[in-house]
Amino acid sequence: MKRAFPVFGLLTLVLLSFALYEALIGAPTERTMGEVQRIFYYHVSSAWTAFLLFLTNFIASVVYLAKKNSKADAVAAVTAEVGVLFCSVVLVTGPLWARPVWGIWWTWDMRLTLTLVLWLIYVSYLVLRRFSTSSQTAVIAAALSIFGAVDVPLVYFSIWYFRTQHPSPVIGRGGSLDARMWHVLLINWAAFLCFAFLICWSRYRLERLRRDVEETQALEALLEPRGVR
Amino acid sequence: MIYLYAAYAATWTIHITYLAWVLLRYRRLRREIYELRKAVR
Repeated sequence: MKRAFPVFGLLTLVLLSFALYEALIGAPTERTMGEVQRIFYYHVSSAWTAFLLFLTNFIASVVYLAKKNSKADAVAAVTAEVGVLFCSVVLVTGPLWARPVWGIWWTWDMRLTLTLVLWLIYVSYLVLRRFSTSSQTAVIAAALSIFGAVDVPLVYFSIWYFRTQHPSPVIGRGGSLDARMWHVLLINWAAFLCFAFLICWSRYRLERLRRDVEETQALEALLEPRGVR
Repeated sequence: MIYLYAAYAATWTIHITYLAWVLLRYRRLRREIYELRKAVR
């Protein structure tokens, strides 16, 4: 297990480098938008990764509420944090694509607004976990994450069911993405998934360690005044 | 082209900043473990 982490880390680094090369050089240039369309490979990959992390957070939260399993709670805390990280990338790369293509940085359309709301829900989830001193913090956070998860399908399907300025779907129903672009997108998504898994792995270990330290500190504080040590 | 490079640079700045923060937390935790071990002994 100790050797698996650096080996997987190295493989992820190779995959990320290859994905970056494919996105910037390998992929064909889009006819109307030109080079700026290449932002799509990082923007979409980050969005899909964030959705998957929020879905994992939702499952872990439900498991925690059902079984009060502390490992599930740790998984929920970690996936929400890494999900916010990838969602932040989506919210930064989006306007950087919109400015040259639409002529504006931001517009309050359904897809963009719902993505911002999603980010805000999970940021409040993290703030709650960080600053709440209640013994019920994990339960409240799990309940909040269920509300947050409702927003994920709304964000995803908003371009199908609402009139938005966001580009119409190029993937799935009615999609017209070039085969080579599809290939590059999938490589980038795979690289981001490996990277997200790697971060979650190390962050999970850190979270477990932090909880162990906190438990030991609390135990020590209880024992100390009575001179049990 | 400037927007393209800005997007890619911003992505990696966000990720690297987060990784540095995780590393910092890990270091702080290691220090706490060390202090705890010293106190227990």
